[in-house]
Formats: sequence, structure tokens, C-alpha cells
Amino acid sequence: MGNWRFLAIAVGVAAATFGVAVWINLDYLFFAGYVILQYVVLATAWNILGGYAGYMNLGVSAFFALGAYTTVALETALKLPLPLTIPAAGIVAGVVGFGMGYLTLRLKGIYFAIATLALAVVAETFVTNWDYVGGSAGAYLLHPRRGPWFGSYTEYLFLLMLILATLAVILARMVERSWVGYGLTAIRDDEVAAEATGVPTLRLKLFATALSGALMGMAGAPLPYYVSFLEPASAFNLGYAVTTIAMPMIGGTKTWLGPLIGSLLLATTQQVATVTISSEVNLLVVGVLLVGFVMLAPNGIVGWFQRR
Amino acid sequence: MTVTYPLLINAVITGLLMGGFYAALSVGATVAFGLLDIVNIAHPTFAVIGAYAVLVLNRTFNIDPILAGLLLTPVFYGAGTLLYRVYYHFFERRGDDAMRGLAFFFGLMFLAEVVLIILFGVDFRYVQAPYITTTLNYGPIALPLRLAVPFAGSLVMLVALELFLKKTFIGHAIVAVAQDPFALRLVAASPVRIKRIAFGVACASAALAGAFIIVIEPLQPAVGRDFIGRVFAICVFGGLGSLPGTVVAAISLGLVENLTTVFIGPSWSPAVAFGALLATLAWRPSGLFGRS
Repeated sequence: MGNWRFLAIAVGVAAATFGVAVWINLDYLFFAGYVILQYVVLATAWNILGGYAGYMNLGVSAFFALGAYTTVALETALKLPLPLTIPAAGIVAGVVGFGMGYLTLRLKGIYFAIATLALAVVAETFVTNWDYVGGSAGAYLLHPRRGPWFGSYTEYLFLLMLILATLAVILARMVERSWVGYGLTAIRDDEVAAEATGVPTLRLKLFATALSGALMGMAGAPLPYYVSFLEPASAFNLGYAVTTIAMPMIGGTKTWLGPLIGSLLLATTQQVATVTISSEVNLLVVGVLLVGFVMLAPNGIVGWFQRR
Repeated sequence: MTVTYPLLINAVITGLLMGGFYAALSVGATVAFGLLDIVNIAHPTFAVIGAYAVLVLNRTFNIDPILAGLLLTPVFYGAGTLLYRVYYHFFERRGDDAMRGLAFFFGLMFLAEVVLIILFGVDFRYVQAPYITTTLNYGPIALPLRLAVPFAGSLVMLVALELFLKKTFIGHAIVAVAQDPFALRLVAASPVRIKRIAFGVACASAALAGAFIIVIEPLQPAVGRDFIGRVFAICVFGGLGSLPGTVVAAISLGLVENLTTVFIGPSWSPAVAFGALLATLAWRPSGLFGRS
């Protein structure tokens, strides 16, 4: 399937999703759907580096929260509306990803993983000390009841996240099927051989890290409006990282479809479980699924349906 | 802020003492990472599990926390060898341990935290021991036993471990397994068995390190995460797998961190470990004492 046809289908599916949601018109549906779509973006973004190139980014919450705090900072300073802070958040998170990658991606993937995990702690320290965006006390960002064009504000946030999710999936598929994707796959399978055959490994890894980080930052940008009250401990919650990594692991990391399936399944389960069971048990389930799939089903759900 | 002489001396002493404890906490991770090629990012969290076990023993039987940590080492050794069996079976044997192994330990770390939260809640917990509240004063110099006792314990533990690695057959074999597993087979030692023992020892060290954690500061399930940056900065900076390197790196980090706390502000000290880690990775990835 060509990129244009896929684009048309993806936009069609997104439009149909929004149409059905508007037709049902239940505010809770937008509220829960927003979180599910947010995880579609996060899991798809993570997989561009983690799945295709095999470099683990354990600092998902850092990129996500940096995006959220970019919105807080820009709203406080310039009163910028959300559609403008989303690309800004993408740029901030992308630049951070690029910088981290530049320092650590020349080494084995393990060092990159450890550095990203430490990044989460330091970014949290930084934001906690930055009183302009609320510091440790947190920041309120109250949104109007109505969206700017139609419907409730939650509906508006849902639409924005739906657009982001569609964009993320289309980008991930484009990367996967281009020479960049083949290069990243070569890095995953044997980096030394890839380098020896002329794959520009460092440049490809940097591109993937920046793109992946930027998408995660964009996924975090609407968060302050969604939660109304943002504080560092919840924005940098490790749960975001674990859930995001669990999703491609469950769905399968080799194609764009894996993280999509994984995130839709796991995030929907989580939404149901949060309502019906406690949120701790909910996190326990995510942890068990992550460990279980990593151990028992290395190729995820997509792997079950592939010919061996 | 004026820099007074006693303030500086006390900052240096606290830094040294904390550095010794950091070495004890990092040594298990550096053995696993440097000698066994197992990146156990859950190691600090294992120490936190140890700390909670110490808490239970201290509260229930009124056992001294450090003695409790020592009593727990066989249990942690057993758990460690068991965990290595699982790791070997699912990851190492298949040869794709790097990324999925990391995801495995990341998941374990998260699971352990969630279970601890369910069991103990998120309140800060303390243990009781006579030395925790005592501080020796020598003129302007203060020596809090809360830090000095774990420091002494850490030194004993590190010396014992170094002797084990340098003087015993198994110790030699553990060092050898990192260098040449095939040669190890030639002297009729199974690399897998040696790695199992080594990983058990690494986990056993987490029990004692856990006892030190709860003596030094109040305990909370997420505390382990604050140590990850430090532990791996020390591992990398010290040159993976080198015990003397680990001690030097840990004490340097303790010193710089404490001077930062005293003269710049406590909220900035987590950035020190991260800065050290990034600087080491960028300019000298083999660390201070590393085999390049």
C-alpha cells in the first residue's frame, strides 16, 4: 500500500472515529478516549526508536512531562493557545532527545537507556525548582467549559489528540517503509555490520531519537488542560514510561501496527480497570503484562499472526 | 552565603560517609553490569526491598537493622540465583538479552514498587537503633553515627567482596567469565553456574545496602529510583566491574554532591550524578579504572 493510500485510509478512520464519538456524544467517552489516544501517540513514538532501532528509551515520562511544562510555560508567558504550544512542545522535547542522543548514542544502547532513565530524575528536579511553572506546588491551567469551535473542551482535546495519533501512526509507517526504516532495522539486527555497509548509523539514530522525543512531547502538551492541575510528581510519573514501553512489547515492536494494537488494547483495559478496580491493581496489571510479554512472547500479538 | 571552615569540613565528612554508602549500593550493580553483562537497573529497588524487609525484622523482633540486613543476605542470594535462572532461560540463552532484558528489569522494578506501595503505603518509615540518633562532636566537627555506621559497614562489605573476587577460585572464575567464558569451560567450570553465583552475590549485597538505606534516611517505596542515576553514574565512572574504581567514583560523587547541597542548594544535588554520568559517557566511556 502506498503512502498516499494509507494516508487517506488513516484520515478516514480518524474521521469516522470522531464522527461516531460525536454521534454518541458522551463526555466521558471523550475523557477516556483522550487517554487512549495519548497512549497511541506515546507507544507509536517510542517504537520508532525502541522497536525499529532497538534502543530503549526509559525516560518516556521526561519527554512527555517536558511537553506538558512547555505548554504551562508558554501559556504563563505569552498566553499562547494549545494548537501553537503543541508544536513548541515537540521542538523542546525533540531538541532534548537530540542532545541526549548526541552524547550517548555513539555507545552501546545500554548507556543510552540508563542516561534516559536518569534524565527523567533530573528533568523532574529542574521543573520542581522552577517556580515560574509552579515548582513543586504545581500549576493550575483552567480551561473554558466550551471548546473554541464547538462541543465541550474535552471534545476539543480529544480531537487534537486524535489528530496527533493519526499523525504519529502515519509518520511511523512512513519511516518504517523508507530507507531510514531499513537503516534502523539494520542497526537493530547488527549495528557493526550496518555501519560497515555504509548505513549512517549515528545520523539515523539521532533522527529517530529526535522524532520519537518530539512526538512524546507533543502528546504531553495538552496534559495541563486535561488535568487542570499539573505538578511534577504526577507529570513525571514512572507509570507513563512503563505503560508506554509495555504497549509495543504487547503488540509487537517490528511494525507500526504493533504499538497501535498494544496501546488500544492496554489503554482501553486500563480505562475499564480504573473505573472498576483500584488504580494500584491497574498498575500491577501493566507491570505483569510487560514482564510476561517480554519473557514469553518476544514478537508480541502481531507475532502470533505472522508466518514463521 | 559565607563559606566557613567548619561548614566545609562537615560537608566533606558527610560527603565521604555518603560516598562509602553509595559504593555499597553500587557494587552489586557494577558486578552484574561489568562482570556479567546483566544490566540490572532494578538493583537499587532490590535494595529498597531489602530495606523494607529490615524494617519488618526490626519492628517485629527488635533486631538491629544492620544485623537484620546481614541475616537477609542468604535469602537475597537465593532469590538472586533464582532470578538469574529465569533471566538465563528467557533472555541470555536466546542471545537477545540486551533490549528485552532491560525491559524485563524495568518491569520488575516497577512491579516491586507497586507491590511495596500496596503492602506498606507511601508514608515514610523509620527503624530504631541506638546509633541512629547519636552524633559525636569533636569541637566544630560533627560525626553523625547514622552515617558513620553504614560507612563502616560498607567498607567491611567491600573489602570482603574484593577478597572473595581476588582470593577464591569462584572469585577468579567470576572475573574470568567476563573476559573469556570459553576458557572457563576448559578448566571445567560452567560459565552459567559461575554467573548464577555472581548474580546471587550481587543481589545479596542489595540486602545489606538496604539496611544502610533505612539507617541513613526515612524509607519510601520510590526511593530506589532516586538512586538509579547515582548508582549507574558510579558504575560507569568507576570503570565497569572494578571495585576500587567503584569506591573512588562513589566517594567522589558523594563529595561533589554534598558540596553542591551545602553551597548551592539541596534541590540541585540530583543533577550532579546526572552531569557526572553524561560527562563520563561523552568523554571517557570506559571510566576511570576501566579496561578500554
